[in-house]
Amino acid sequence: MTGTPGHGPFGRRIFDIPNGRWYHGRRDPRADRRDPLLRLLALARPLRGQLLLAVAAGAAATGCGVALLAVSGFLLARASQHPNIIAISAAVVAVRALSAGRGVFRYLERLASHDAAFRILADVRVSIYRRLERLAPAGLAALRSGDLLARLISDVDATQDLFIRGITPPLAAALVGAGAVTASLLILAPAGAVLAAGLLAGGIGVPVLAALAARGAARRVAPARGQLAATVADLLAGAADLHAFGAEETALAAVTAADADLTRQARRNASVYSLSAGLSSAIAGVTLWGVLLLGVAATGDGALTRVPLAVLTLTALASFEAVTALPAAAIELGQARASARRIAAVLDAPDPVREPATPRRLPDGPVWVTLRGAQVRYAPGGPAALDGIDLDLPPGRRIALIGPNGAGKSTVASVLLRFVDLTAGTATLNGYDLASYSADDVRTKIGGCPQDPHIFDASLRDNLRLARPTATDEQLADAAARAGLLDWIRSLPRGWDTPAGAHGTALSGGQRQRLALARALLADPALLVLDEPTAHCDPDSRRALTRDLLAATVGRTTLLITHDLDGLDQVDQIIVLGQGKVIQRGSYAELIRPGGA
Amino acid sequence: MRPVEPRLLRQGRAARGYLAVTVGLGAGGTVLILLQAGLLATALAGAARGIGIGALAGTLAWLGVVLAGRAAAAAGGEAAALRAAAEVKSGLRRRLTAHALRLGPAWLGGQQAGEITALATKGLDGLDAYFARYLPQLMLAVVVPLAVLVRIAFADWISAVIIAATLPLIPVFGVLIGWHTRAQTQRQWRLLALLGGHFLDVVAGLPTLKLFGRARAQAEVIEEVTSAHRKATMTTLRVAFLSALVLELTAALATALVAVEIGLRLLYGHVSYQTALLVLLLTPEAYLPLRNAGGQFHASTEGATAAQRAFEILDTPLPARPAPSTGPSDDVDLSREDIALRAVTLSYPGRGRPALDEVSLTIRPGEQIILTGPNGAGKSSLLALLLRFATPASGTITAGSVDLAQIPADRWRSQIAWVPQHPHVFTATVAENIALGQPDARREDIAAAARLAGADDFIRRLHRGYDTVLTEGGRTLSAGQRQKLALARAFLRHAPVLLLDEPTAHLDPVSADWIIAAVGDQMADRTVILVTHRLPPQLGRPTRVLALDHGRLTCIDDRGEAPARTLTEERIG
Repeated sequence: MTGTPGHGPFGRRIFDIPNGRWYHGRRDPRADRRDPLLRLLALARPLRGQLLLAVAAGAAATGCGVALLAVSGFLLARASQHPNIIAISAAVVAVRALSAGRGVFRYLERLASHDAAFRILADVRVSIYRRLERLAPAGLAALRSGDLLARLISDVDATQDLFIRGITPPLAAALVGAGAVTASLLILAPAGAVLAAGLLAGGIGVPVLAALAARGAARRVAPARGQLAATVADLLAGAADLHAFGAEETALAAVTAADADLTRQARRNASVYSLSAGLSSAIAGVTLWGVLLLGVAATGDGALTRVPLAVLTLTALASFEAVTALPAAAIELGQARASARRIAAVLDAPDPVREPATPRRLPDGPVWVTLRGAQVRYAPGGPAALDGIDLDLPPGRRIALIGPNGAGKSTVASVLLRFVDLTAGTATLNGYDLASYSADDVRTKIGGCPQDPHIFDASLRDNLRLARPTATDEQLADAAARAGLLDWIRSLPRGWDTPAGAHGTALSGGQRQRLALARALLADPALLVLDEPTAHCDPDSRRALTRDLLAATVGRTTLLITHDLDGLDQVDQIIVLGQGKVIQRGSYAELIRPGGA
Repeated sequence: MRPVEPRLLRQGRAARGYLAVTVGLGAGGTVLILLQAGLLATALAGAARGIGIGALAGTLAWLGVVLAGRAAAAAGGEAAALRAAAEVKSGLRRRLTAHALRLGPAWLGGQQAGEITALATKGLDGLDAYFARYLPQLMLAVVVPLAVLVRIAFADWISAVIIAATLPLIPVFGVLIGWHTRAQTQRQWRLLALLGGHFLDVVAGLPTLKLFGRARAQAEVIEEVTSAHRKATMTTLRVAFLSALVLELTAALATALVAVEIGLRLLYGHVSYQTALLVLLLTPEAYLPLRNAGGQFHASTEGATAAQRAFEILDTPLPARPAPSTGPSDDVDLSREDIALRAVTLSYPGRGRPALDEVSLTIRPGEQIILTGPNGAGKSSLLALLLRFATPASGTITAGSVDLAQIPADRWRSQIAWVPQHPHVFTATVAENIALGQPDARREDIAAAARLAGADDFIRRLHRGYDTVLTEGGRTLSAGQRQKLALARAFLRHAPVLLLDEPTAHLDPVSADWIIAAVGDQMADRTVILVTHRLPPQLGRPTRVLALDHGRLTCIDDRGEAPARTLTEERIG
């Protein structure tokens, strides 16, 4: 086991994704180039009234806190002059009102800001979903890894923090700070200037420094953290091998080394973080001290009496409460910017497929799809995934497409399903350009199982029925029977209501594929495209599934994509792909002859 | 969760040292708060009496020192707390990883490995907030109110009585409200997690949804679900915010009460201006830490929950280890002794039918056994028993005359080489991967083992040969290459017993035959158990074929012939 830091490509992949580069496509030249945080802010426009209310309530709450101490100071200073009680009665009432007001306004602020944040979150979720819906699946190639997708989803969830912590506290602090500075300027101009400088340093300078420090710290710690995660994951995934070969201690030593490295970085970062805490406190202290010094000096000169001195000093003391939360908010905004950038990248990603302005009406009945010189490049100037292939899919015929990984088999399926556009050549459906039909319409005629079919965290019935929501129980049972799944479903204690689990974890690999096949049969498209239907199956179930699906597709127009010849003696034609080109075509018998596939 | 998890505070000396510094600086900070209020009151009252700045210079200078001290204490306290967190996390992480590994592959199976990786890295990071925010605040919540109360009592006992009477209301209200809202909050968090899962599920399934024309309609579902969630969340939050309001109002009204009361007494000359100012400045300080601790409690729960889960795992008892010297165990030599299973039953928790059902079998040294049967028949379970990854629920396994339970697992395993169905390729060089069981092996021996396994050719073609670092579980290698690597690993072990679990399941026929031939050649004098559901060509010497079905040995054939009933169908054509 190597414990050398820097060897963790796994970790690096998780932590060091260049932001906003999920897509193969070009960025839309019209794409918005504003700061990603501002773009998210634009999404909040419909709710700006509510956000303003939150800011006003927040400012009122903080303002009440500052005023409470200032008025209390006035009360005591005035009382110490032993005037008539009338002179302080207004202050007595004000102190009580301000103390109650602080709590009530804080409550209102929280309600308004949280409600607005959740409403905006709903909008962001839906607009991201609509965009992903347009992009899937070709535009999301780089998101296919579950981790990246999960991260995008948590990015969306993180936007609520932006609106709860990122807007109200800074704006409220600005309002309160301005009020406190104005009051102080009126009492004693130089002291007001000191307070202004102190609040600016504490409310803008420290948060900016804190955000920068946090970013640097996160950058320093990311490789060590990635290395540790990779080492631990490696150790746990290989636990059986380590035990069997008595190598547990060596592997644990690698974890210890990675942990020591991370802990060393964490210790360094502790000093960086603590500086912002100390700096905030120091700035508040210096400001208070300066204001007091100027005030005392002015009192000595007779320019100020005890009452304004007390109000001035206590205002300076209390007004820093408005900025204490800002460094933490700035750190979070820094993290939110990364999330916002990834969200913006999704919103800006170009459409993978052109939609016709006036889609052609689909023909009824059987379809005949042909490809001529079909070429697909996922990136302009990039390698051709398909490089000039011809393919005929006449009604009622079953064609198999075979070849190694990366030969372009799944790209053919993507072209037929209108998930990607051709970069050259033609694809036609009953003689008309495939791109002249709307993509959604095409998929009502051409369907099947995608590679890695998704099993939803729902019941088996719901998972099957999504292929045809109007299907009767008999139709469901029929499709399941033809996919060889019905006996198993009936043997389950909860039958059709059995939950499939997240990503179908309650099902074996073979059962997931059979469920996907049942879906395709239930949807009953005119052209059935089955993309690697036996992937992720053990050899036993692979053979059985191939047998069953060939039996279920007799007489249907079918394109079967697979990576070996096993069991293909029943299809009408086999086409061998390699590096995006057709290498060979012929019947099973022709291909297994010496010199064949 | 308890307010403080004592086991978290007992994670090694370095952590204790940093925690002590945190506590010390917290106490120091408390003293400084008291001093600051006193000095500020002195300065303001002095200036009010007309004492010039010259006479107050000393007070102001001391105030400057105290303010600087507070800043230093704040920085130092946070640094120490974060370092304590780093030490605690490191200690927990190492123990957690080691314990999880020792719990063994049977326990780690399923989702556990992923959960533990996440727990050891991201999960424990939540402890930063626990140590750097919550714990110091909790400490201050205990120390500061008391210190402030004592100081005020010395200055003005009437105000002290008011504070002493209202102060306990804060924690009491806090706890009452916390009890009231906890169940609701937890339900809310579960709902939130569920929604996040739903969104992810829908997005991950987009290609499938599009294929069946169901994708667009989902946007409305998402909108509905999110909006329902917002309404539910806001109901909970309204309660939580109301409770915060109650706490804030209590503290604010008590402060107002003291301010007005002391103002009126000042008006009538019962207290001095300086004392009144001191009381006014200190009163909010008495309430602040208690309110903050409540707020930080929520920030700390994430880390505390992760720590709790880590302790749960650490409390899982390790498989029993035999006492180190219990007789003749040291002398078991599998190249000479029979391994006998007598009526062995193995069950996995949560599954009805046992994986192995009263299996009896004697494995003689040097013999070759082919173990066959359909998926789930118990073939891998039998190997797991021999590898000591599992222990039988009933029945005995003996080697020679010694019960297996008497032999330390590592000593037993040192006599076994294993080629699993899915061998793990570690993030390490090819050579290190092959020398997994023999870290001191010489390069020639490694290369020799690789040659025997048919791995040498492709290894030499890798860009740095045996020093090529394999990553991501060896994804750059084909399944056959990984299998050959595992075979080399097993050959290098020179163990008297070789267990192979479907070593050819994912291979093309040519590679499969190659591997079986290599095993037959190289392991002529060793005990070999080969699990497969295809009968390989003859291994070149007498072979016993055993078939398992539903956890039972259904046919034992000693003549080296395939029992027609189970195997003809699977014979390679």
